[in-house]
Amino acid sequence: MIDELAYMLTDPLMQRGLVAALLVGVTAPIVGTYLVQRRLALLGDGIGHVALTGVALGWLVGAGMGLVPQDELAIPGAVVAAVVGSVAIEIVRERGKTSGDVALALLFYGGIAGGVLLIGIAGGTQSNLMSYLFGSISTVTGADLVLTVILGAIILLVGLGLRSALFSVSQDEEFAIASGLPVRALNIAVAVVAALTVTVAMRVVGLLLVSALMIVPVAVAQLVTRSFARTMLVATMVGVVVCVAGLSITYWRPWSPGATIVVLAICVYAVVAVLRPLVVARRRGRQSDPHPDIPDDVELAAPGTVPAQDGRGTGGGPCSA
Amino acid sequence: MLVSAAPEPTRAPATEPTVVGQPVIEARGVRVRLGASDILHGVDLRVHRGEVVALLGANGSGKSTLVRSLVGVLPRTAGSVELLGAPLGKGVDWRRVGYVPQRVSAQSGVPSTAREVVSSGLLYGRRLRLPGGWRERTDEALDMVGLRDRAQDSTGELSGGQQQRVLIARALVRRPELMILDEPVAGVDQPSQEAFAATMRRLVDEGLTVLVVLHELGELAPLVTRAVVLRHGRVVHDGAPPAPSPGHALAGHEHVHPHDDAPTGAVPQADTGLTS
Ligand SMILES: Nc1ncnc2c1ncn2[C@@H]1O[C@H](COP(=O)(O)OP(=O)(O)O)[C@@H](O)[C@H]1O
Ligand SMILES: [Mg+2]
Repeated sequence: MIDELAYMLTDPLMQRGLVAALLVGVTAPIVGTYLVQRRLALLGDGIGHVALTGVALGWLVGAGMGLVPQDELAIPGAVVAAVVGSVAIEIVRERGKTSGDVALALLFYGGIAGGVLLIGIAGGTQSNLMSYLFGSISTVTGADLVLTVILGAIILLVGLGLRSALFSVSQDEEFAIASGLPVRALNIAVAVVAALTVTVAMRVVGLLLVSALMIVPVAVAQLVTRSFARTMLVATMVGVVVCVAGLSITYWRPWSPGATIVVLAICVYAVVAVLRPLVVARRRGRQSDPHPDIPDDVELAAPGTVPAQDGRGTGGGPCSA
Repeated sequence: MLVSAAPEPTRAPATEPTVVGQPVIEARGVRVRLGASDILHGVDLRVHRGEVVALLGANGSGKSTLVRSLVGVLPRTAGSVELLGAPLGKGVDWRRVGYVPQRVSAQSGVPSTAREVVSSGLLYGRRLRLPGGWRERTDEALDMVGLRDRAQDSTGELSGGQQQRVLIARALVRRPELMILDEPVAGVDQPSQEAFAATMRRLVDEGLTVLVVLHELGELAPLVTRAVVLRHGRVVHDGAPPAPSPGHALAGHEHVHPHDDAPTGAVPQADTGLTS
């Protein structure tokens, strides 16, 4: 077993794959935390669809220029398309018009249909297409890895460096505006970082499953945390574990890395969801009466029929004002 | 219908000199259109240092629309707004302005603690990162609203009134000179209203200027130096606050009860003549 692990780690293909998986495992949940907080959980999906058109365009240009691997420009194409698409989505969102939904839908479907068409036109095969839709870690080259590392660094720099400001705009945009914060710039920063995350994760899990890596770890974390900072931390740990473990499994089993990672993440969610009542019950046991100790002005009819003293047992929230 | 309209703002707090200096809020001819309808039809509002101005009016009269346009959340179709002597925008010294929005019950997707929410009040203008000592300042602000022991709790676990106090602490944490509050005591129980009024009194004594949207003056009545009444998006009164009618002292009990099992029947109140 140890031998096999050591052997896996000496495989250059696997080394590159693991580095990419590690980066994705860290960055996707960080960005996903902001997306979930702003109720844009499916933004990653949308960007993924648009990025496919970028892949295809890059391919078309590469083929036209006669580049040797025809998809040399696929990733740069995906980066450009994802960034443009995400900024467009952000602008639609900011306008807040009712037609926004429809506009987004058009963008998503147009993105994926256009991508499939264009790859065909550029001379790509079904399996080329599949490798972008579902990931193909085995095709990660050294150059890909360098680009992945650079993009990952940008994501971390923005996602962690601006954490408080991004928290503020994501938590209450109205208050952020009324504080004079550069809200539009911060929103666009989130959109761009989400786009970069999609392209970073594309090779590992594929465009169709990118969003799962942004959202599922956050969903797991939310089950057990009460604070934003801790949600982000736990989500990142879950992300790293499932990415690295999932990819490692595919070293021995001929399974799709992306699908393995996502199924693993969902299994973690299921396990945590099942175990959660135990954790929460223990936490509640330590807690004192959650009701604030202030005098109220309710005149109780008779001492026997006290209505609001059931704080401990049922664990309902503090009495609502 | 309206209360006796005195021509001049009166009753400035005793500790404040009644010098009329630079206005802290200066709004001229503000028009706001939302959707297809004009909500504000040219509102003028001027608030001077040390004043406590109550913005009154029936539901839907445009109070929230006005304060939201004053802090730049809603765009104007016409008119101008200056805060602390600077036109609305990057030039405003946002550290000196604290805004408490009307509470919306919608929770954001990720849980956040009271401390995290309050700490976001320490970011303003170009300050995008928390300053040193943010934790102490945040706890101090939570202390002012009586929620220090709930600092680590998720805001989703707090009652509506407590969430409202978290939003007040978020505005207080930057130690503003001007506070703009939108119905800060709506749905807050009587003891909390009294505590809030006591906190505001202390801050006003220290020189805070306040513009507060209220449905009824309630516990804040003794502090209010001037009332502006909106009706259908227009200012219909700007002057002395409405005098409390007999029986007003009981009003709070009727309207903002923590549990809806008040022994007295909730009598619709007509004391200010403002509610329709
Ligand atoms: N986003 C919006 N679009 C269209 N109309 C709105 C919007 N928000 C508020 N209104 C309308 O503007 C009017 C004033 O609302 P508001 O300022 O919230 O009143 P108040 O705070 O005095 O109760 C109401 O008639 C309301 O229906
Ligand atoms: Mg309102």
